Amino acid sequence: MRRGTGINWLAVYAVAYMVFLYAPAILLPIFAVNDSTIIAFPLRGFTGKWFADLWSSEALQASALNSLYVAVSTCIVSTLLGVCAARAATRYPFPGKKGIMGFIMLPLVLPEIIVAVALLVVLVQLGLDLSLWTVVLGHVLVCTPFSIAVLSSAFQGMDRSLEEASLDLGETRFNTFRRVTLPLVMPGIISSLLITFTISLDEFIIAFFLTGTDATLPVYIWSQLRFPAKLPSVMALGTILLLVTIVLLILAEWFRRRSTARRGEDISIAGGLA
Amino acid sequence: MSDIPTAADARTIIDARNVTKHYGDVKALDGISAEIREGEFFSLLGPSGCGKTTLLRMIAGFDELTSGTIAINGEPMAGVPANLRPTNMVFQSYAIFPHLTVAENVAYGLRRKKLPKEELQREVEAALEMVDLGGYGPRASHAMSGGQRQRVALARALIMRPKVLLLDEPLSALDKKLREQMQVELRRLQRAVGITFILVTHDQEEALIMSDRIAVMFDGRISQLATPQELYRLPANRRVASFIGVMNFLDGTVIGEDGDAVHLDIAALGKVSVPKSQCKSRIDGTAPAHVGIRPEMLTILFDETEQAEREVTGTISDVVYYGDMTYYDVQLPGAEKPITISMRNTAGRAVLEIGATARVGWGSESIVVLD
Repeated sequence: MRRGTGINWLAVYAVAYMVFLYAPAILLPIFAVNDSTIIAFPLRGFTGKWFADLWSSEALQASALNSLYVAVSTCIVSTLLGVCAARAATRYPFPGKKGIMGFIMLPLVLPEIIVAVALLVVLVQLGLDLSLWTVVLGHVLVCTPFSIAVLSSAFQGMDRSLEEASLDLGETRFNTFRRVTLPLVMPGIISSLLITFTISLDEFIIAFFLTGTDATLPVYIWSQLRFPAKLPSVMALGTILLLVTIVLLILAEWFRRRSTARRGEDISIAGGLA
Repeated sequence: MSDIPTAADARTIIDARNVTKHYGDVKALDGISAEIREGEFFSLLGPSGCGKTTLLRMIAGFDELTSGTIAINGEPMAGVPANLRPTNMVFQSYAIFPHLTVAENVAYGLRRKKLPKEELQREVEAALEMVDLGGYGPRASHAMSGGQRQRVALARALIMRPKVLLLDEPLSALDKKLREQMQVELRRLQRAVGITFILVTHDQEEALIMSDRIAVMFDGRISQLATPQELYRLPANRRVASFIGVMNFLDGTVIGEDGDAVHLDIAALGKVSVPKSQCKSRIDGTAPAHVGIRPEMLTILFDETEQAEREVTGTISDVVYYGDMTYYDVQLPGAEKPITISMRNTAGRAVLEIGATARVGWGSESIVVLD
């Protein structure tokens, strides 16, 4: 028995790994409240002025609004598409289903820079002007697979006979969707909205390539990095983004778990096939 | 309780003609024709994959027919969607809406009728009372036990006052005790409401206990459609005979026939004449025949005073004790396999041991000749 003696190397590795992952993120809030324009230790003292700076920057506010606009549009569109695709994939057999679903999920693994460049070329060839809408288009492309992944598990977990029971009790297909399907997959839909919103909010490469004159928040941050004096403000902005992202993802996970818990009830009593 | 309509005066409520269903190359249903009568408890009985659930789902309107017709209450159902059919279903998984309360589940189908609130509540409570769930209305449906969900599903379907109630293996998820209790209760409920029930089951005992008539299905066809008694006493063929209860099979030869009787020579039992009404197979001249006899139609004669129409002597090769019954396997001279005999354990009757010699009594009226 080696227990209790020697060093637990697995625990050491785990801790080292966590430090490597999260230490840089922790530096963000630290320097966001450090009273110095130089990002270096030792710290100089506490200040809130970098956050105050943010508040007074019009360019920043404009880009924040742009990001909000893009993220909201993206999360709604990709979740709508996700609902349709997930339902089709889990309910109906159709020829080439595996291939088609694989194709839709592809942007998950494609390098974003490739997607961004390809989209830019296509849009320019089509003669379309770059705007926030072209950014939304690009974001929908990369967000829809996430949406489908989240919603597929919500639809899959739903006992198919629930919809049949509703039809059987005299409801139309539309009302069945409204009264049974929608309430049961709602946690999945909310989870999908939150995840795609977060992805779109943070996304830089596609936004950088496809945005016209209106910068989104990540593009604005990048543009500010050229001015060393603005660095602490960027740190402050990053801190806010970090917090928003964490809160949104926790919410999304909470909703996703709620939907799995709900459907667990029904799977447990379903018997085998007749 | 209303009387059960007798076979002669009942109307046909479901008329299935030549129903076939193909899934690609697989024939799930291969020319099913059956008339189900108003007010009867009808069972579709068969092993997994025999097509019984497919037929039920077609009656409900969930699956399309490949060919053939189904008429409910005289109206052809082709193109009529499930929500417009006068049938309601109790699903195998019960399909209780988990996001609604018990009362909301039961009231689900009544929404379209736009009843005043008070009347709706009265109806829901009455339906819950009917299945012994009075007062359970406000409970969350996912907090109910399996047996209770089953009752909620029943109430939710019966409140619609369907012409036909379809039950898809409704008892298969319940434990034995609860299942036996529900079998009796379902039967009682069916007599009380007088609605035609169609039950899909793979449990032959369940079908025998509950049904007025049973259709035994194999490989997408109906092998026999009969009352439980007829099915048990005179199965149409060996497959039905071995699916319903236990049946001993013996080889025999037809050695002649005259008038109403067929003369047979049966391995281990000897020569015997049986009435033609007990022959389910076509008799032509002298030919090999398959003879069946039920375990309870054979008796072990325990002492000299006990007599039977015919007697043979064999050796006990296995004993299974069930408490109320004992099942003996007896090897008879000249028989390929031992035959099974069931004996009731009445007061003072001993349980014989393996290896003991036993006198086996039987009678010609208990013999059936099968395909």
